[in-house]
Amino acid sequence: MKSFMKNVLAMLACSGLALTMLAGCSAPDETKKEEVKQAIKVGAILAETGGASFLGGPEARSMRMMVEQINAAGGVNGQPIELIIKDSAASPDKAISFAKQLIEEEQVLAILGPSTSGESMQLKSICEQAETILISCGAAEVIVNPVAKWVFKTPQTDSFAAMHIFAEMNKMGIDKIAVLSGNTGFGKAGRGQLQKIAPDFKITILEDEVYDKKSTDLSAVVAKINANKDVQAVINWSIVPAQAIVAKNMRQAGMTIPLFQSHGFGNVKYIEAAGEAAEGIIFPSGRLLAADILADDNVQKATLVKYIADYESKYAPEQASTFGGHGFDAIMILAKAIENAGSSDKAKVRDAIENLQGFPGTGGVFNFSATDHNGLAMDAFVMMTVKDGKFVLYHQ
Amino acid sequence: MAFKKHLPIAGLALALIGVQLITVATGSTYYLTQLTMVSYLGLLIIGLCLVMGYAGQISLGHAGFFGIGGYTSAALTTLNLSQAFSAGDPMVLALEKLGFLIHSQNIYGETLLYVHPWAACVAAIVATTLIAFGIGIPVLKLKGHYLAMATLGFGIIIYRIVLAVEIFGEADGISDVPPFPLIGNMAITGDLDQRVANYYIGAVVLLIGMILLQNLIHSRVGRALTAIHGAEDAADAMGVNTSRYKLYTFVVSAVFASLAGVFLTHYTGGISPSDAGVMKSVRFVAIVAIGGMASLWGALSIGLILNFMSLRGFFGSYDDAVFGTILIVIMLFAPDGILRLPFLQKLMHRQGDES
Amino acid sequence: MTLELFTQYLFAGITYGIIYAIVAIGFNIIYNTTGIINFAQGEFVMLGGMIAISLNGLVPLPVAITIAVILTMLIGGLIEIIFIRWLRSPSVLRLIIITIGLSILIREIALHIWGDTVRALPYFTGNVISSLNILGAHISPQVLWVIGVCSVMVVLLSLFFHFTSLGKEMQACASNRIAATLCGINAKNMVTFSFMLSAAIGALAGCVVSPITSSQYDMGTGLAIKGFTVAVLGGLGNSMAAVVAGILLGILEAFSIAIGFPLAFQDAISISILLVILFIRPNGLFGSAVSAGLKDF
Repeated sequence: MKSFMKNVLAMLACSGLALTMLAGCSAPDETKKEEVKQAIKVGAILAETGGASFLGGPEARSMRMMVEQINAAGGVNGQPIELIIKDSAASPDKAISFAKQLIEEEQVLAILGPSTSGESMQLKSICEQAETILISCGAAEVIVNPVAKWVFKTPQTDSFAAMHIFAEMNKMGIDKIAVLSGNTGFGKAGRGQLQKIAPDFKITILEDEVYDKKSTDLSAVVAKINANKDVQAVINWSIVPAQAIVAKNMRQAGMTIPLFQSHGFGNVKYIEAAGEAAEGIIFPSGRLLAADILADDNVQKATLVKYIADYESKYAPEQASTFGGHGFDAIMILAKAIENAGSSDKAKVRDAIENLQGFPGTGGVFNFSATDHNGLAMDAFVMMTVKDGKFVLYHQ
Repeated sequence: MAFKKHLPIAGLALALIGVQLITVATGSTYYLTQLTMVSYLGLLIIGLCLVMGYAGQISLGHAGFFGIGGYTSAALTTLNLSQAFSAGDPMVLALEKLGFLIHSQNIYGETLLYVHPWAACVAAIVATTLIAFGIGIPVLKLKGHYLAMATLGFGIIIYRIVLAVEIFGEADGISDVPPFPLIGNMAITGDLDQRVANYYIGAVVLLIGMILLQNLIHSRVGRALTAIHGAEDAADAMGVNTSRYKLYTFVVSAVFASLAGVFLTHYTGGISPSDAGVMKSVRFVAIVAIGGMASLWGALSIGLILNFMSLRGFFGSYDDAVFGTILIVIMLFAPDGILRLPFLQKLMHRQGDES
Repeated sequence: MTLELFTQYLFAGITYGIIYAIVAIGFNIIYNTTGIINFAQGEFVMLGGMIAISLNGLVPLPVAITIAVILTMLIGGLIEIIFIRWLRSPSVLRLIIITIGLSILIREIALHIWGDTVRALPYFTGNVISSLNILGAHISPQVLWVIGVCSVMVVLLSLFFHFTSLGKEMQACASNRIAATLCGINAKNMVTFSFMLSAAIGALAGCVVSPITSSQYDMGTGLAIKGFTVAVLGGLGNSMAAVVAGILLGILEAFSIAIGFPLAFQDAISISILLVILFIRPNGLFGSAVSAGLKDF
């Protein structure tokens, strides 16, 4: 009898809690909506914590900084931007739940992010159906190819990075290579493009290994590649910490063949992590890392120099990275499109993004079109290398 | 007694309806999206509670079973067969008639031909049952930390497989999973116009799960399980086939987790490796522990509340930190679960005395 | 396979194995005195590395490491005093869940202190690209540091447990807590000591491996899982066995790469092997049924 009453009570307690929670969380929302009637609501779903925090962290910080600047300058078309950042911790079920929240409850104009390709793919059809703009910070090509009407992305396309690397290899006379990649969405997408494009450049992939993103040491993998004397160069497509570990293990094993990294090698911190082993690494990169050596008439120069200076003074000692730049590009493209459209109407802003031409961002000069929702061309990349602990342009 | 046994279930049903009505009254029906997701996760939680609280076996691998269900269903229903078969292929037509295959269009207007979600769901259950038996027979012979390690290891293996196999989408997981059609126009889908219906589908699935487990616990099997948990050797000596009961419970629980995976995947339209990851398993075990191990109601209510808050993004970047703190606090001050907190106990006893 | 290549794989395997083993030893110490698995062990490794990195530059490297080890040791002791010491006869499962909660909490605090950046300590001798030539294979001097520190640690631990009174008291608590208490040993203090010792060992491990593996706020979980695997493989509570099991597992992993086994499935395979071993020998490779029977849930 007692246990029966306990059950009833437990059940009541549970539903009671649920109800108070519902009541509790709906109340403050209402008041908040009243206060900022004029603001343009923009949502962002970024992995500030969890496995992809190296992406989501700088992206979120860049977006917060830019929204502050925009609002301090009087907003866009006189309207301030209200940025609502949700931390997905790189978990797609959260990303999906947040996307629905932002679209329906906050009625946002656009969603910026998510940080990873996997999450972006999950949100692609949700945003498409809800007719809400999605400007992804995920790198994979599948996000915008095939093109979905409402989905855009800011990071440079993997295939362009792969083509730059292969073109460089052709110049160096390299045709037999080894490919290493991490088991992340970034690594997966890059490896796929390398395998697809290699035949076009008459390059053969002799060794192809996928390692765990949390690998602590890769000397056995490096030994295997070293044992294959036909390999003339190594491409490593991954993120920290593995990209530093590969470089270290290769140099420790006495390997002298060139090491190419992906455009994920975009932060001065990585040179520090890899120390002297980073010397001579060749990699494609947006112009962010080369900002101070760009010619003064370069269209991107002003944007880059200002972004880097602002970011590094606001978030010191952290340094600006390519990833933060993806977040910067996403919010700035949106702001520019709202300005061009002259309204915050979803469809008009979407059209304005598609018509955006010659917009200098950190990732390159964006030229969107109905068939290209990334807007960056091959020349968004330059080949860079590490010399005396600094990033310098390769072949110059 | 039968009536009284089902009274809490009826209460839960009323509460679920009440919540829906409140959301309508306050114009906040959008909460139903997260509430639906939470009720599918609730299915997994009560299944895990059966294994942990009633059979006394820890399982740090339940996200693995969730993954087997979700991934089997997602992979089969997103594998586009229209390239492999010509349009008028008689075999395809026959299979379609029998309900094994289904046609539809994606957002780009391409034709898709894939395994019917019902067939995929059956495949997921069969796969889960076989794997649960296969892994359960040797694993359940282990005890203590070794059992914990073995189930944890099983979870890691599943995680590694979905992360490494191409048809499971590797690190990106699987997206664009089609709706799961039910009777008439109803389907398990995240579409907004079906949200209320889907909330009730989730609620009914959870209620059925709860009724099944309640009946199981109050049956001969349940009494045998209680005996096993209390004193396994004694139960053995009394002629209870302990290992067989433990195995059956484990399989039932695995199927619950797998179904949760199937339904949630169709509801959200996607699944990814982190859904099958170790941290998810740990989270589930923690929720059961916070709720009180041998209390289906406790585990269910905590599961609903914590998962709901997490999916709503209540704590922002502090989600895991808050979860860890709750875990520690409950284990320090109310090790038998939050529902056995002294003041709640007092309340219950007083009620009990009056009746 | 040439001798050079064989040696190269062998050393790679030993490097992996020692890193796992060094974490497993931390598990074993707490397990021995309390019968619980401290799932926050990986976080001690992370804390050691991160604190040392923050201090390095301010003070010389050896001082930074010493302070990091001492600080982590104090954190370990504090954790025990705040979260475990005052519980009256807690069940093992309850303790496990508390340590899981602590592990999550420490990781999140570390994220908010140090951020998500990957850092590393400098190489103890030479630099990042220096290597020694042993039987034709190239070995980073840091690998020798890791192997050396681990060996010294195992020897010192075994001396400590067999020849010092504190060590013997801790062992007495492990084998029979009530009897030990009756003999006048303060069992509660012994548990605190075991947490401090285990935290110190974890922190030291975190410092020595940091140049090789790099340190990041979330490195603990992965290491803890591998360490737990190795501890169970060897038989819980047996540190020497953990080292052997760790090296076996490490070498197995290295040579599975050598024979061209897909790296993506490596963990799945090594854990499958662990499961098979558990099914055949439920108490680990070197564990006895009696000792495993003593510590149940």
